[in-house]
Amino acid sequence: MLLDVRNLTTEFTTPEGARLRAVEGVSFTLGRGEALGIVGESGCGKTTAMLSLLRLLPAAGRVVAGEVLFAGDDLLRLTPAELRERRWRDLSIVFQGAMNALNPVRSVGDQIREAILAHMPWPRDKVGARVSELLELVGIPAWRAAQFPHQYSGGMRQRAMIAMALACNPQLVVADEPTTALDVMVQAQIIDLLDRLRRDLDLAMIIVTHDLGVVAEACQQVLVMYGGRVAEHGPVERVFAAPRHPYTQMLLKAFPTIEHRGAPMVGIPGSPPRLSDLPAGCRFHPRCPLAVERCRVETPEPRAVGEGHVAACHLV
Amino acid sequence: MSRSDYIIRRIGMAALTVVFAVVMNFFLFRVLPGDPAKAGIRDPRLTAAAQQSIRERFGLDKPLLINLEGNPFDSQFFRYFGNLLQGDLGISYNFNRPVADLLRERLINTVLLVGVGEVLAIIIGVALGLLAAWRRGTAIDVGVLLFGLFTWALPTFFLAIILLIIGSTFLGLPVAGIRTAGGASDPWSQIVDVGRHMMMPTLTLTIILLGEFMLIMRSSLLEVLSEDYILTAKAKGLSDWVILRDHAMRNAMLPMIALIALTLGFTVSGSILIESVFSWPGLGSAVFEAVGRRDFPMLQGAFMLFTVSVILANTAADLLYAALDPRVSV
Repeated sequence: MLLDVRNLTTEFTTPEGARLRAVEGVSFTLGRGEALGIVGESGCGKTTAMLSLLRLLPAAGRVVAGEVLFAGDDLLRLTPAELRERRWRDLSIVFQGAMNALNPVRSVGDQIREAILAHMPWPRDKVGARVSELLELVGIPAWRAAQFPHQYSGGMRQRAMIAMALACNPQLVVADEPTTALDVMVQAQIIDLLDRLRRDLDLAMIIVTHDLGVVAEACQQVLVMYGGRVAEHGPVERVFAAPRHPYTQMLLKAFPTIEHRGAPMVGIPGSPPRLSDLPAGCRFHPRCPLAVERCRVETPEPRAVGEGHVAACHLV
Repeated sequence: MSRSDYIIRRIGMAALTVVFAVVMNFFLFRVLPGDPAKAGIRDPRLTAAAQQSIRERFGLDKPLLINLEGNPFDSQFFRYFGNLLQGDLGISYNFNRPVADLLRERLINTVLLVGVGEVLAIIIGVALGLLAAWRRGTAIDVGVLLFGLFTWALPTFFLAIILLIIGSTFLGLPVAGIRTAGGASDPWSQIVDVGRHMMMPTLTLTIILLGEFMLIMRSSLLEVLSEDYILTAKAKGLSDWVILRDHAMRNAMLPMIALIALTLGFTVSGSILIESVFSWPGLGSAVFEAVGRRDFPMLQGAFMLFTVSVILANTAADLLYAALDPRVSV
C-alpha cells in the first residue's frame, strides 16, 4: 500500500469567522501502479481533498482530522522542512496546464531544472540531460526547453507540466483536471500519455476530473464525491456497471456513451449544496428522486456493497 | 517580430518623439503672450531703438518659420534647430550666460536630490510593500497600508514646509540652499555640509514617492502570490524565500518598473515644489525663477531637458520590461 488516506476532513474559515466543512471523512487507499479517478460536480470538494493531502491549502483552509499515510508516514504530521524534502520527490502534482501553472517569465526547461535541483545536487550537464529526457518522454523536442510557456500550445503546456511532475521520479502523481480546457484530440493524447507513464514507471496516480470517459479509460478505482463526502467508491468496472448510489447513477446517465447511442442524456436538476448551507441528513437528498424521510435526518455512512465497493446511501 | 526588431523600433520611436517635442517646444514659446524683448529688461524707459537692438541680438527680428526675403532657412525656427544640433540652447535673458551651462550646473544638483530620494523610495517602498503582502491582514499590513495612503495623499509643498520647520527648529539643519556660504573648504566638510542641506529635501521627496511605490508593490505581489505557478512552486518543495525571490518578485516587479520609470521622468521636473520650498538650486527652482522673469531661452532649454528625460526614462522602462518579460514583443 503506497497511500492510505483515512477520514480526511478539511475546514475553511470565512472572514466572518464561520467554519465551513469542505471535505468530510474521505478515505481511500492506493497501491503502486494504480490510478484513482475522483469525480463529481464542481464544488464537491475534489480539488480541496487533493490540496489537503498535499498540504497545499490556502491560508483559510485547515485539515482538522484524518491521516494521510504515504509509505507509512503521515504527511499531515511532517515538519515543514521534512515536507519540503518529500514534495515532488515522493509525490508531485499536475495542475490544469491551460491555466497559469507554469511561470510565464521563466523558460520551461529552467522550471524543470529548478524542480530537479531543489531535491538533487546534480552537476549541470546531468540536469540538462535529464530535462531533455523528460521532455522527450512526453513528446516535446528537447530544444523547446529554452522556450517560454506562452510559446507552447495548451496541450504542450500540459505535457510540459507532466514532464516537470516526473522530474524527481515520484511514486505518486496527482493530476487536477489535466484535460480541462483542452480540445478533444489533445485530451485523448494527454490521457494516453498519463496511462502509458503509469504503466511504464509503475506510478500511482490520482486524476481529478469531470470527465467520466477519462476515468473509464485510465483508472482502476473511482471515487465519487458529493458535498465534500464520499458518495461511492470502488473498482471502475463495478461502479460503472452497477452504480449503487443514486448520485452516481444520475451522473452516469448525464454522460453520453457510444454504446448507448440514441439514449437520451439526463441532467441532474438543481446544483450541489453550498458549503455555508449544507442540508441535514444525506447531502444529496434535496436532489434525489428516491429520497425518503430517513435521508432528511440521518447522514448515511459509507457501507460495503461488494468487494472493495462502498456507497453512502440508506437505500443500499 | 524578433527581439532586436523590438529594440530598434522602440529606440526609433523615442528619437521620433524627441524631434516632435523639439518642434513643439519651439512653437509653445512663440504663442505665449508678452514681448520677451521688454520682459528681459523691466524698465519702462527702454527706448524703441534699444528694444530693437535687443531683438536683433537674440534673433527675434527674424521671421518665425521661413524667411521669404533672402535665405529661406534664415528664420527663428531653423536657427533654433541648427543651434540645438550644436548643443547651443541660446543665452539666458536673465543671467546673460549660455543656457546650456546654466542647465548643466542646475541639473547636477537636481540629479543629486532626485537620485538619492528616488533610490531611497524604491528600496523602502519595495521592501515595505513586500512585507505587507507577505504578512497580509496583520497589523504590519494595515500599518503599511495606512502610511502609504496617507503619504500618497499628502501635498508635496505642505510636507516640505512641515519638514523644513522640523529640520531647522529641532534638528538644527540649514534652512535653504545647498552649501553654507563661507563654510570650510576641505572636501570632507563640504560633503557633510551638502549632506546636511540635502537631508530634508530628500526626505520630502522620498516620503512623497514612497506611498505609491509601497501600495503598487503590495497589490502587485498579492496578485502574483495568488497565481497558480506559485502553488506549483510550493508543490515542488521550494522554500518560501526561494518562491518569493525566484517566482514572485520578478513578476511583481514588472508593474513597478513602469511606475519607477514614470516617476523618474517626472521627478526631474516634478521637484519644482520641493526645490522652491528649500531654495535648492536645481532645475525646478530655475524654472520657477525663469517663469517669473519671462526668461524664454532658459524655459525652452529646461522644457527640452524635461521632455528628453521623460522619453529616455520611458524607453529605458520599455527595454527593461522586454528583458524581464519574455511575452513582450511577440
